[in-house]
Amino acid sequence: MTQDREDQLAALRRKANLLRQRDLVMIQRAGMGHIGGDFSALDILVTLYFAVLRVDPQHPDAPDRDRFILSKGHCAGALYNTIAEVGFFPTSELETFMKPLSRLNGHPDRTKVPGVEASTGPLGHGLPIGVGAALAARLDGAAWRTYVLTGDGELQEGSNWEAAMAAAHYGLDNLTVIIDRNRLQQGAPTEDTIRLEPLADKWRAFGWAVREVDGHDYAALLEMLQSESWEPGRPRCLIAYTHKGQGVSFMCDNVDWHHRVPTPEEAERALQELREAVYG
Amino acid sequence: MSQLYDCRDAFAQALEEAARNDPRIVVVINDSLGSSKLKGFKTAFPQRLVNVGIAEQNMVGVAAGLANGGKIPFVSGASPFLTARALEQIKVDLAYSQANVKLCGMSSGLAYGELGPTHHSIEDLAWTRAIANLTVIVPADPLETAQAVHEAARLSGPFFLRISRMPVPQVHPADYRFRLGKASWLRQGSDVALIATGVMVARALEAAALLANDGIEAAVINMATIRPLDREAVIEAARRSGAIVTVEEHTVYGGLGGAVAEVVVTTYPVPMRILGVPGVFAPTGSPEYLLEHFGLTPAGIRAAALELLKARAEQ
Repeated sequence: MTQDREDQLAALRRKANLLRQRDLVMIQRAGMGHIGGDFSALDILVTLYFAVLRVDPQHPDAPDRDRFILSKGHCAGALYNTIAEVGFFPTSELETFMKPLSRLNGHPDRTKVPGVEASTGPLGHGLPIGVGAALAARLDGAAWRTYVLTGDGELQEGSNWEAAMAAAHYGLDNLTVIIDRNRLQQGAPTEDTIRLEPLADKWRAFGWAVREVDGHDYAALLEMLQSESWEPGRPRCLIAYTHKGQGVSFMCDNVDWHHRVPTPEEAERALQELREAVYG
Repeated sequence: MSQLYDCRDAFAQALEEAARNDPRIVVVINDSLGSSKLKGFKTAFPQRLVNVGIAEQNMVGVAAGLANGGKIPFVSGASPFLTARALEQIKVDLAYSQANVKLCGMSSGLAYGELGPTHHSIEDLAWTRAIANLTVIVPADPLETAQAVHEAARLSGPFFLRISRMPVPQVHPADYRFRLGKASWLRQGSDVALIATGVMVARALEAAALLANDGIEAAVINMATIRPLDREAVIEAARRSGAIVTVEEHTVYGGLGGAVAEVVVTTYPVPMRILGVPGVFAPTGSPEYLLEHFGLTPAGIRAAALELLKARAEQ
């Protein structure tokens, strides 16, 4: 690996560490949020926004921008922290998260927050929207690409599989779905709730190009997501194996932290761990 | 007997015209090409017709995504499935998101008569009318259907157009101009106001003719825009006639009658009758039979108006 690549990976890790700290403080302040899923998704978001997506915070509506759709809308906290850091709105506004009249709802609102492509919250909405966006680009012969991040439990919604069929039928290789496979849903493991496995086989059977990756490994994420083409004519599914609560030992892989809010003592311990984490 | 028309023909023709003028217009269907009468559109614009198969949730989500990509999608499918199966997508992906998508609910109301209540769409106005940001239009004849399509194409934002397949006469003169959110007064009269929508407008006009024979002058108001409702027209009707009968091919819960009553009771209370399907699933029968069964005929409307005026006189 070149020194430039090493430096890039280290910078991304530091960025994600910073955003985890901010997200923790933001949720602590709001007294609400989905910290477990935020932390499982954050490395994916940082990879996309700081190394993959062609978006410009000065022109959030530019027609040729790449589209990123957060289908797991309850992880708005991770998205807000990321796009604020990109520059879509001031990071100081994060202090208003879920406060009265804030535009930073518990779930993202595309009509209010620059950089938010889809208003999501109910699960299973993002991928159909992503299919439509990818079709629009195809119709125009445009080069912009569409990325959708779904949760794993969310794949229990049938609308995802309607969209999966359509994407393959239309050969949308300009569409990438990333599955935040943290293996936990709200109250229990996905496999104890309604089984998803064999997940990769399901997507392959639906006609998608499938890759699997450690969703916290920046080198692997970059290699997958910076590659323009996997299999021509097939939409792309990246199953990212992640840990709910990644970055904080006592939250990691613990189903309790789906939407628990840390006590002040827990928050201090968590921040301490994040500050002490040595990246790159 | 005046000539009768299937409004889907006017819909399809207007959509083709609009698409010729605006390359952003695309169509999204759920295997509903024939029932939406869009074979001509497909021939004219094969690349601009997206068939998602029998998948209404995906259909509406795909339309939202196409709108995000700069397109103006017209989503056309049978109204019962489009509105009921995809209601959350309509609320979140379109209305809340202010997506520039036009929903076209075909064969609405009781048009699928014999196929049974699974295929009737007599709740769609209640469902769509409850959602913020969503414009709801029910054209009454081919002329108004075509103009509503062009208005929906021209104006930004989410629309629901409720299109019937029941044959209707032309109720408007050739120089009629549909205005969004404005009722059209098709007949003046100061004894009672008949406020109707969609396929019931022609029947309300016939009822008014019957009432004239009874010596009663009925106003007939076509309320083509259900949301935003023309509140001024409702208040004016209440003020002028002091009695209102609403007529819709829809359940009496939450449709045109409910919308009108919400204005009447809070502004200018007058006695009302709300004609429609009385909160039941319809029995088996042709559309014509079912309209007769529920009193949604000129004679039924006349009878309701007479009963209302009698009850008011006895108060």
